[in-house]
Amino acid sequence: MKIIKWLGLIVFSVFTLCTEAKPVHVAVAANFSNSMKRLVTEFEKTSDYQIAISFGSSGKFYAQIKQGAPYELFFSADQAKPDALQKDGLVIANSRFTYAIGRLAVWSARSDFANTIETKLKEGAFNKLALANPKLAPYGAATLEVLKYLSLLESTQSKWVRGENVAQTYQFVSSGNADLGFVALSQLLGTRKVKQGSYWLVPDYMHHAIKQDVVLLRSAEKSQGARAFLDFIHSYKAQKIIAEYGYLVTLSSYEGQSL
Amino acid sequence: MSLTDGDIATIWLTLRLATTVTILLLLLATPLAWWLARTRSWFKGPLSAIVALPLVLPPTVLGFYLLLAMGPNGAIGQFTQALGLGTLPFTFWGLVVASMVYSMPFVVQPIQNAIEAIGNRPLEAAATLGAGPIDRFFTVVLPLAKPGFITATILGFAHTVGEFGIVLMIGGSIPGETRVVSVQIYDHVEALEYAQAHALSGVMIAFSFLVLLLLYTFQRKRKAVGMTYGR
Repeated sequence: MKIIKWLGLIVFSVFTLCTEAKPVHVAVAANFSNSMKRLVTEFEKTSDYQIAISFGSSGKFYAQIKQGAPYELFFSADQAKPDALQKDGLVIANSRFTYAIGRLAVWSARSDFANTIETKLKEGAFNKLALANPKLAPYGAATLEVLKYLSLLESTQSKWVRGENVAQTYQFVSSGNADLGFVALSQLLGTRKVKQGSYWLVPDYMHHAIKQDVVLLRSAEKSQGARAFLDFIHSYKAQKIIAEYGYLVTLSSYEGQSL
Repeated sequence: MSLTDGDIATIWLTLRLATTVTILLLLLATPLAWWLARTRSWFKGPLSAIVALPLVLPPTVLGFYLLLAMGPNGAIGQFTQALGLGTLPFTFWGLVVASMVYSMPFVVQPIQNAIEAIGNRPLEAAATLGAGPIDRFFTVVLPLAKPGFITATILGFAHTVGEFGIVLMIGGSIPGETRVVSVQIYDHVEALEYAQAHALSGVMIAFSFLVLLLLYTFQRKRKAVGMTYGR
């Protein structure tokens, strides 16, 4: 019987150790990676919870979450996928909110394009135009709206090169293979100051707002860490960081704070 | 669920790519395999390792380096620009070059194994009968190493058809130019169009199965050397 007791004690202590050290699993859309790293650093300074981040495409995360992937929070690049997860009954009620609104920028790594990007785009004076695949990425869909607004849809189409997401679009431009590319402003700001070239910030009336929503998932029902992190994202401090990285934030998160 | 016109276009492009890559690889890999099989040089080891590297490196990583190397500031890019060809990424020929790098070991190794298995004797005999090196290659090596060449052709072709990571990195998904089947399936899955993904994947699976069936039936008949892939 003694052995059973000991075994029980060992199992129990291992189990508690495991639950103690279990990080919060968070799935994050690729465009938000810079900001998220910074947010996690800030959060972990003042909290005992550890955050484990996975970066990827929202579409892949959606499919994985539907198949029972153990993520507790999902930071999507759009509203459609959190919407769909809600309809699938995989989201904890009232947890969803818009954590960031993306801004588009047309970026070139070429030094001779400085301050003339808008002109170059309108005149078609470039070899290739990199954009995120409109079918898959919200930034790509917004890019099409901008090109439509500028009546450049037909004239530029033969020069399009599609990345799977904005991360790849960034690579196409930074490697010098495409003269111009529509990327997320957040990729050019923040920790990685624009190392090369220059950008034109697309006025936000040219496309629908790229609202990015976060949801708390069913698997996080009992996870205090996940709730704590979500509360932190709501905070003035976090929203300020998100804004620094080139996103717009909804004013409701700044409740009672003067900017 | 039937295939869309877009899907069918990707199938044709993929077949065109795989055919081009296979033919060019056979031309390039044969002398390379010949040299590797016959040499006693210290350089054999390093070169064999370089040829086999694509087996180890993740295709997306390989693709990323190729994107940099083929770009206007990269070594390959500088070279192609000097030749007046522009740069290779986002073009069909860019995919051809990248796929050749990636499928190289699948073509070199079976041919090399087959040539090594022939040994020196038949070649020496042919030489004493007055056959020159080129004559020896076509009348002795080629017939004896034929199974190795057939394996190399099938594997090179099939491997190029199934390749995804590199194309994703340097292709840019241009219809009719760089949008191949594997990328199209990936896009369908990412866009949650599972029915279309299933249809196109079904075609791929049927094709791959037939190719491999062909290979193994042929191997059983031949019981040849240098053909022990996947067993």
